[in-house]
This record gives sequence, C-alpha cells and structure tokens, in this order.
Amino acid sequence: MKHDQKRRVFLKGSVAASTVGLAVGAGLLTPGVVLAAWNKNAFQAKAIDKAIAAAAGNPTTTPSEKITIKAPDIAENGAVVPVSIKADMDGVDTIALLVEKNANPLSAIFHLPKGTLPDVSTRVKMGKTGDVIAVVKAGGKLYSARKGVKVTIGGCGG
Amino acid sequence: MSLSRREFLRLLGLAGAAGLLPVGSFAAARRPSDLYEIPRFGNLTLLHMTDCHAQLNPIYFREPSVNLGIGAAKGRPPHLVGKSFLQHYGLEPGSIEAHAFTYLDFEKLARKYGKVGGFAHLATLVKRLRAERGDGNTLLLDGGDTWQGSGTAFWTRGQDMVGACNLLGVDVMTGHWEFTYLEKEVIANIQQFKGEFVAQNVSVNEDALFDYAFADFEGFDEESGLAFKPYTMKVVGGMKVAVIGQAFPYTPIANPRRFIPDWTFGIQDERMQGLVDRVREKEKPDLVVVLSHNGMDVDLKMASRVSGIDVIFGGHTHDGVPAPVVVSNKGGKTLVTNAGSNGKFLAVMDLEVSKGRLKDYRYRLVPVFANLLPADAEMQAYIDKVRAPYKEKLEQKLAVAEETLYRRGNFNGTFDQVICNALREVKDAQISLSPGFRWGTTVLPGQEITLDNVMDQTCITYPETYRREMTGKDIKDILEDVCDNLFNPDPYYQQGGDMVRVGGMDYVCNPAEKMGRRISDMRLDGGTPIEAGKKYVVAGWATVSSQAPGRPIWDVVTEYLERHETIRIDKLNTPKLVGVQGNPGLGT
Repeated sequence: MKHDQKRRVFLKGSVAASTVGLAVGAGLLTPGVVLAAWNKNAFQAKAIDKAIAAAAGNPTTTPSEKITIKAPDIAENGAVVPVSIKADMDGVDTIALLVEKNANPLSAIFHLPKGTLPDVSTRVKMGKTGDVIAVVKAGGKLYSARKGVKVTIGGCGG
Repeated sequence: MSLSRREFLRLLGLAGAAGLLPVGSFAAARRPSDLYEIPRFGNLTLLHMTDCHAQLNPIYFREPSVNLGIGAAKGRPPHLVGKSFLQHYGLEPGSIEAHAFTYLDFEKLARKYGKVGGFAHLATLVKRLRAERGDGNTLLLDGGDTWQGSGTAFWTRGQDMVGACNLLGVDVMTGHWEFTYLEKEVIANIQQFKGEFVAQNVSVNEDALFDYAFADFEGFDEESGLAFKPYTMKVVGGMKVAVIGQAFPYTPIANPRRFIPDWTFGIQDERMQGLVDRVREKEKPDLVVVLSHNGMDVDLKMASRVSGIDVIFGGHTHDGVPAPVVVSNKGGKTLVTNAGSNGKFLAVMDLEVSKGRLKDYRYRLVPVFANLLPADAEMQAYIDKVRAPYKEKLEQKLAVAEETLYRRGNFNGTFDQVICNALREVKDAQISLSPGFRWGTTVLPGQEITLDNVMDQTCITYPETYRREMTGKDIKDILEDVCDNLFNPDPYYQQGGDMVRVGGMDYVCNPAEKMGRRISDMRLDGGTPIEAGKKYVVAGWATVSSQAPGRPIWDVVTEYLERHETIRIDKLNTPKLVGVQGNPGLGT
C-alpha cells in the first residue's frame, strides 16, 4: 500500500495513530469537524444490525469484493489490532468499521470529503475472536465486507 | 527401471502431490550402496536444514505417532505417520529410512542405527556435498529455530549456535525462536552471524518507528519499515538466485511479545507477492526461493496464493517429508518442502536452472546418522569448547529411564508426562499444564536421564513456573484455544505447535469440531468430572503474557527426577480421540 512506504515520515508529521489519525494527519478534517460528526447512538449500539443502521442509515448491506480489509489473521495484541479498509469504488461518502463480537460493535466512522481516496487505517480493540466488518456508503448504496480475526491466549508454539 | 533414481524421485514428488504413489517402488529405486552417495544433477544445489534447536551433539529423536490432518489436510503430507507414511512413500519397514522418517519399532531400530544429527557429523556431510558439487555451486540455507533448544544455547543466549553456523558455513537464515532473546541480543547475534538473516514479514511497529533503537542496524530499512533484509541475491552455479526470508509469522503470539516489543510479524502474503514481483522485475533472477518458517500447512496455502516462487524450503512444523509437494497457483507451480528437526536431516535439492527458469530438480531429505558420518574434527573441537564450561553440570545423571521418553506428537508424549507429573508432585497441584512444543530429544529405555536431556525439553527464556487456582471453565477455555491453534481447518489460523500437555486430568477431543466444541468430558485422574464453576489448583510453566513467579521448570523436573531415580509412566494423560478413526495421521 502506498502510504506504507513513507509510513515513518508520515507518522512523524501526524498525531499518534487514533481512530481519526489518518484523516486528521492528512489535513482533511479538523478535530472540530470530527467531534461534530460524533454519532452517539451508533457508537453505543449493542447489536450489529442496529449499529450499522445507526451508522449508515440502514441495516441492509450488499457484500462487495471491491472492499479490501487488511487485518491480521491472528491478532498479536487484541488491545490494538491494526485494520485497513480500502474500497475500489467511486463516490465513497463514509466507511464504517465494526467489530462483530465487541459489546459496542461500531469502532469508527470515516467521513470522506469528495475526492478522497477511500483507503483508511486504524486500530481496534478486540475482546475475542470474530469478524471485523467494513460498511462502505457509496453513491447512496451500502456495501460491506468482513474478515475473521482470531484473538488467542497464545503460547505453545512449535 | 530405466528411469534414473533422481528422475524417479522428481516424479515421485509430482505423484505424491497427486496422491498417485506407486507403492513399493520408492525403496526399490533407491537402494544406495552409500546413503550419502547423491549423484550430481543440474547446475546448482541448495542445501537446507531447519529447526535443529541447537542440538550440537548427536541425539535420538522419535517421529510422531499422532500428526492429524483435519479437513483438507487429512491424509495429505505432512499428516501421515507410521505405516501410512511408509506406504505413501514406498519405504521398506525396518529400513534405515523407515526408522528416520517414522516412529515404528523406534526403540529397536534406534539401537540398531544409532543416534542422529550432531553438527560435527552434519559438517562432514555438508563438506562432502560441497566438494562433490564444486566451488560456487551450492548454497546452505537454515530455516531457523537454531539458536534455542539446548542448555548451552540458553546460557550463551544463542551465541554458541551462531559460532557453529559460521563454522558450518550457513549462507542464509531466517528465524523464530531466535526472537525469544531480547531485541538487542537478536541484533547482536545477527551481526555476529557471517551469513545473511532475511525476513520479509517482520516490521518495526508504528510506535517504535518514532524512536527506533536499532535505526543503524544494516538490515533495517526506514522506507519500508522492515526490521530485517527481506531477501538476498546469490550467484550459485553461475545462476542468480533470490532467497526471500519468511520468519515465523506468529512469534509475538506463540512466544512472549515483551522480549521483542518493537517488532510486528504476520504472514503478509500480499507483501510476499509484491516482493516476488519486484524481485523478478528488478533483479532478473534465474530462480526465486523462499526460506520459510511458516510451517508446512501454511506454506502449502501460501504457495497456492502467491505466484512466482519456484521453491519454498519450509520448517517450523518439524515434518520430515521425503518429497516436495507440488502446488499449483496462477503463475505456475511451486515446490514446498519441510526438512524435519533436531539436526536429523539435511535436504539436498539439485536444480537445473537456465535463463530464468527452473527446468528440473532432484530432491533428497537425507537423514544424518552419526555412525555413518565421521565427526568433522574442527566442528567437534568447537563443540567441545563451547560445552566445556557446562559439561559437568549437563552430564550429571539424574535418573534412569525405564521406557522411551519422547515429546513429539499432537498429544502428551512420555517426556511431557514426566514434566507434568513433576509439576504436580513438586508444586503440589491437582492438574498440570505443559506447552506442546515440537522440539525436545528422546531418551531410550535404560539410558541415564541427564540435565542435557532436561534442558533439551525445557530451556526457554520464559521458563518460570506457576501454581494457581483455575476454574474448570478456565481450563476448558485454554484447551479449546490451543486445540484451535492446532486443528483450525484454515492453516492461516494455526500456530504450528502441538496440543497443550496435561497432567492429572483426562478429556475427550474431537479435532474436527469447531472451536469451543472440541473438548468434552474433562475428568480428574480418579474419574471425578471437572466442573466448570469449581476451582482447581493448577501448576504450569512457559506463560507468554507475563512472567510467572516460580522457579524455572528445569529445577522442578530435576528435583523430581532425583527423587524418583527410575522413571516409568504409569498413566499417560492423552485424550480419547473422537471422529479421527482411520485418519492416516493416527498411528495404529
């Protein structure tokens, strides 16, 4: 991925990686804008469908192979699991990231101003093995993809 | 048969992949007068060793009687044991190869054929092959798990092995247990290593990049964030060979992250594809190989997803696989090998390469029998020197084995049972847990058990023991978690160790079930059911998440052995298996 190559340089020039780190660091959003976009109901929703509905306006999504989720197959540390979502589609307005098995599944919503490359990264906390789900809103439609991430107690390697 | 032996072996590899093996012809076609007479073929030779676990001296090593393949892996290499193994590869029962590759008649054949491995004997074999093939025509690859596994490796923090590998002339290596020393020790060891250390799947994590302690280390690349050189180019037999490294992807999960906080791993097969494509374009190599510590099932999956690799030389899962498995992918075919463990084997792949293409090859996984290969004097002198300060302590006799003591296999081995019994007795616990490592050497009946043997089974950099209360549910959760790391049908979710060993309890295991449903009917040794809500006193060692409070496991085992003098296993806490009857990975 392109932003990997200058990661160190990029990171040095941005705030520490947080949910909105990428967008803020790239100068696309100001913290005030982010706070204004805070969707309390969505982030506090307990059920996955409700969280998707509150975040994206509708619980029904169409699975899409144009969404790529990059996340480890087995998390090195469940407290900070790196996840990247890339959508190979036009007109992406938002990208929501949910963690299926968390008490509050919605972890992040990225609002992308027009012309922004739909490629976001963050880290999420995962209590147990389950899917991370990306919901992408593009051209008024909802698309989704999911990837399993295993959270293990570890040990006993050969 | 008009087919040459090596041509036959090549076809055997293909047939093995297709499950079409001609029974019996393997042994017939290769009855060498000398086990080590390996005719030259092609224009370059890649020698591969892996997972020697710091065994400088010859040892005994019993191959597993249980190595189950679940789902698509059922009955397919490397998940074959005993008779199924002999039949698949056409090996003659009782032959030296049958002994090298299987557990059958282990005690009798071990006495007949003697010890295996040992760096002085391996050095003789490597020198012979190099001389036969001529200067510049060979490359020696080491897949890692080299700096850990013996008392001397532990006490010298891996440095005895760096010296031994330099003397042996290892050209390229990658790692896994190498990363269980502290970061600064890893870096220092690599700097002392005269070959090259490669790993495309180890990055410096984003927090550490702000102020990285090893920014001056030559393997580190600030642009890519990779902690080590991802690949190296070598000229062998006049051909340009790219060797890409793949370290064990789950090191910070299977082993303590606290020793290596700056580094992050993972399989990274997309990065691998990008690297292969880039190397092919930029370096114009004649051959691209991966030196991998993924484990064989992960390598087989990776080979199906990544194209452009000619050969993956694999390790980690300690599978002695006599012929490469041929995997098809969208770019063509990739050969996948696995070369056993504990210094027992040297893989010899002769290749015919020209104009950027692998045309043909011959492969032999050669067992290193110490009685058949004289010790190399220079290497033996080195080994004697590094052992000298510890020799007396290591060779101290602690007890006598009354039966074969071994570890390798999916469930409790007899040496594991000794460790589990020691934990229960010395630490006064109802139940004990011991990690399912795949290293650890074997002791024959009548043999004295020495501290060398105990260290072979236990010497890790997080050896501290614990004694604590756990509920029945806690114990089940641990068993389920480890069982999924072993039997998850998707290899990318496996870690490559064996099942956690237990003492003082039994259970029923259904490997083909889903996570959370494989373990049932847990009972204490007396038959009392283990209740989910009830608390039990559990002793164990090798905690990954944080340092345990108790003394090192080898102290506990040593105390137990000295108390008992003779060691016999009255009860092996191996689970009752369900749903795997007839599985070729289960010995009969």
